[in-house]
Amino acid sequence: MKRWLAAAVLGLSLAGVTQAAIDTYQFADEAERERYHELTKELRCPKCQNQDIADSNAPIAADLRREIFRMLGEGKSNQQIVDFMVDRYGDFVRYKPALSARTWLLWFGPGVLLLGGFTVLALIVRKRRGQAAAGSADLSPEERERLAKLLDKEQTHD
Amino acid sequence: MKRWIMVLPLAVFLLVAVFLYRGLFLDPSELPSAMIGKPFPAFALASVDGKPLTEADLLGKPALVNVWATWCPSCKIEHPYLNKLAEQGVVIHGVNYKDDNAAALKWLAEFHNPYQLDIRDEQGSLGLDLGVYGAPETFLIDAKGIIRYKHVGVVDATVWREQLAPQYQSLVDEAKP
Repeated sequence: MKRWLAAAVLGLSLAGVTQAAIDTYQFADEAERERYHELTKELRCPKCQNQDIADSNAPIAADLRREIFRMLGEGKSNQQIVDFMVDRYGDFVRYKPALSARTWLLWFGPGVLLLGGFTVLALIVRKRRGQAAAGSADLSPEERERLAKLLDKEQTHD
Repeated sequence: MKRWIMVLPLAVFLLVAVFLYRGLFLDPSELPSAMIGKPFPAFALASVDGKPLTEADLLGKPALVNVWATWCPSCKIEHPYLNKLAEQGVVIHGVNYKDDNAAALKWLAEFHNPYQLDIRDEQGSLGLDLGVYGAPETFLIDAKGIIRYKHVGVVDATVWREQLAPQYQSLVDEAKP
């Protein structure tokens, strides 16, 4: 029992560690705080690549958070802030990449694949349906005779 | 069913396999720099020994700009090789990135200083403008101060020979009238 309790306490203390990195910034208002959270969630940490900069403890992420805070204070728009980051770190820092010739495949590739899949499916279904219809209508004379015989047999048995 | 449809899954598989195979040899920590082709960002910082420096001081000769710090273990590894390059006459400038100035001065005195200019970027503001996300990073700039190449990680004999030296040489040739 004691051991379980100790494990639970340790587990809970770890849960605190995994939470977002905490900075103490004073925002002008609630809207600005909201934008700060939105931006730090949308931008990716260049160093620890599968974390957004809100979650990362890397020094560079802290720098970028500070920079975002500064730019929010200067009244820059979200777009200006994202552009600032992309200018320096490339499209890589955006979890939501901009639509451009280079990212076209990324945005539309899955949709194109899905459409392709549906097209193939539709073609196969149509073909099968055609075959089934053709099959029932076209019995050769011999087949008809055999069918009739079989049906006759059934009847005589009864 | 038509013949070609039978080969289609194989063709798709091969295409995907080629891409995935290639992916095995890509290093995801090496990001393409967004700064290539852009001018070196403007800055007004002091050198490690207190002289004022700006981006204009970098103009005139193609050079390597090496971002380093005393807290960075890989910087220590590449330092002897930078010394060697400097001896061979390669122009190298240093950006001391987010570092303690006293520690940086001690390091340069102890391990030899390969840098012609020692930019002191204590706040990391120049590093931010350069898109630096760790150290060491080494930029190659031309005589007009345009960033032409960026290497992330240690500069050693292989990196120099295969990546930096050919480009540095072509920039030197380009700079000659």
